[in-house]
Amino acid sequence: MSCFRLENVSYRYDKALVLRGVDLRLEPGEILGLFGHNGAGKTTSIKLILGLMTPTQGKVSVLGGEAGDPQVSQHIGYLPENVMFYPQLTGREILNHFARLKGAPLAQVPELLEQVGLGDAMNARVKTYSKGMRQRLGLAQALLGKPKLLMLDEPTVGLDPVATADLYRLLRKLRDEGTAIVLCSHVLPGVEPYIDRAAILTDGAVQAVGDLASLRRQANMAVTLSIEPANGISALEKVIVNASAGNGLMTHGSNGRLRVDVRPSEKMAMIQTLLDSGEVRDLGIHQPTLEDIYVHFIGSGGLAHRGGSQ
Amino acid sequence: MNSIWTIARKEFSDSLRNRWLIAIALVFAILALGIAWFGAAASGQVGYASTPATIASLASLGIFLIPLIALLLSYDAIVGEEEGGTLLLLLTYPLSRGQLLFGKFLGHGLTLALATLIGFGVAGVAIAVLVDDVVIGTLAAAMFRFVLSTILLGWGFIALAYLISVRVSEKPVAAGLALGIWFFFVLIFDLMLLGTLVASEGKLNPELLPWLLMLNPTDIYRLLNIVAFGDGAQLSGVLSLGADLPIGAGGLWFALVLWFVIPLAGAWVLFRRRTI
Repeated sequence: MSCFRLENVSYRYDKALVLRGVDLRLEPGEILGLFGHNGAGKTTSIKLILGLMTPTQGKVSVLGGEAGDPQVSQHIGYLPENVMFYPQLTGREILNHFARLKGAPLAQVPELLEQVGLGDAMNARVKTYSKGMRQRLGLAQALLGKPKLLMLDEPTVGLDPVATADLYRLLRKLRDEGTAIVLCSHVLPGVEPYIDRAAILTDGAVQAVGDLASLRRQANMAVTLSIEPANGISALEKVIVNASAGNGLMTHGSNGRLRVDVRPSEKMAMIQTLLDSGEVRDLGIHQPTLEDIYVHFIGSGGLAHRGGSQ
Repeated sequence: MNSIWTIARKEFSDSLRNRWLIAIALVFAILALGIAWFGAAASGQVGYASTPATIASLASLGIFLIPLIALLLSYDAIVGEEEGGTLLLLLTYPLSRGQLLFGKFLGHGLTLALATLIGFGVAGVAIAVLVDDVVIGTLAAAMFRFVLSTILLGWGFIALAYLISVRVSEKPVAAGLALGIWFFFVLIFDLMLLGTLVASEGKLNPELLPWLLMLNPTDIYRLLNIVAFGDGAQLSGVLSLGADLPIGAGGLWFALVLWFVIPLAGAWVLFRRRTI
């Protein structure tokens, strides 16, 4: 049973089509990264899965039931973007309140607060919390009742690099225990090793979805070879020009290396030729990162999208 | 039911924390005692006058104060959660919008009821103990009626505040509209009614007129607390229309109950339609 499944889902707000024909699913024990510019439809997709909105068209099923059904909501943990809490209550009081609403045992509360590093601050009022502490309280809140489906909207905002790495490790642990996780973000660096699949949204449509290898195939982006010449750079240049028939884009690196972009399909042949030529002292292969792939799919319109709203 | 109670419990403990409950109770107790002892000062007499006079004075004061307190207590019930960023999160919990709204109502309603009971209760006990010639039975009955109707009136205005709170998206707007509601029912309605009476020069159906009082919960409240003593002569201004009402106290109580049930149901319907 999928943890959620969106089938040909569209959502219209006023006259704007915020989502158009989105197909997306998540299996238990899987971390899905949901990436897109502001206004791409990430938050709307999440709200549909949470049952806060109903789709204009298409079908949303969550944990074998209907989105928004109390039986379903009970098993979902959600961390909203810029999470806010009652400033006059303490962290512990807030978690107690939400634990009661979820029917989760109150005994979980101190454990969760310890787990997110708020053990010492649990009896301080939330108005004294920093943004990072609020974010961690939000995460503890999302973990109440050991959810089967965890949805985190920009969870790393306000977290320092150490806390971010801690968060990702925690998510991996939860995933290994069978929790399905949606990680919604526009901060890509660092997230790559922790997600199983990524979906890239632009303008309300899924541009690409899959694991990193499959996204690389879909993007068909050039692989960069970084080569240190063995006998001088001009001899190496000749080998490359001959091998690529002028197709490869060649640039000179600052460190005396040559950088060559080749199509994924031509990569192995090029490497073979280079090694056979005896002109190579060292060779590095740079695959496109998630960030490169993201930029590729967002396209040149990327900058124009950045100023958009949710 | 558990979710409703959890929401109610938080509202109630908030009102303890921010001292709303104790402040309201204190204001009620001081005003009630002040009125009981100095209410007749204008006629040159200091001391407890009579139970009907005291209750009538309290009710006159109540129509200004209770709606104001109820509206202040609850105008930001929903819009405040939205502005504070917690509404979205709450609604992702196994909690329907109805449960959230009724939980809030239970919490606010309980706060107001308890403050009323404590405030006027203390005053009632003080009168019973300190005034020699007061008839305890009459006082107890009148106080019971007064406190109960005050609570119902307060609930009515809490529900009216919710009608605003589920519709608007900014707290200051909600506060402004809440004040508007107060002005309308407490200050303007009777003037309008009086104006209509005078302007119509008797052309309006006289059987219909008394019913117009039912359109204002503060008028129902005053009628309840004055008519109960069987003293129609005390009815002044537009309230004298009430003497012709074909319904008794039971009908008035029912009307007061409707005044919180209907707005609350309306708020629920509007809240369900709200886009989050």
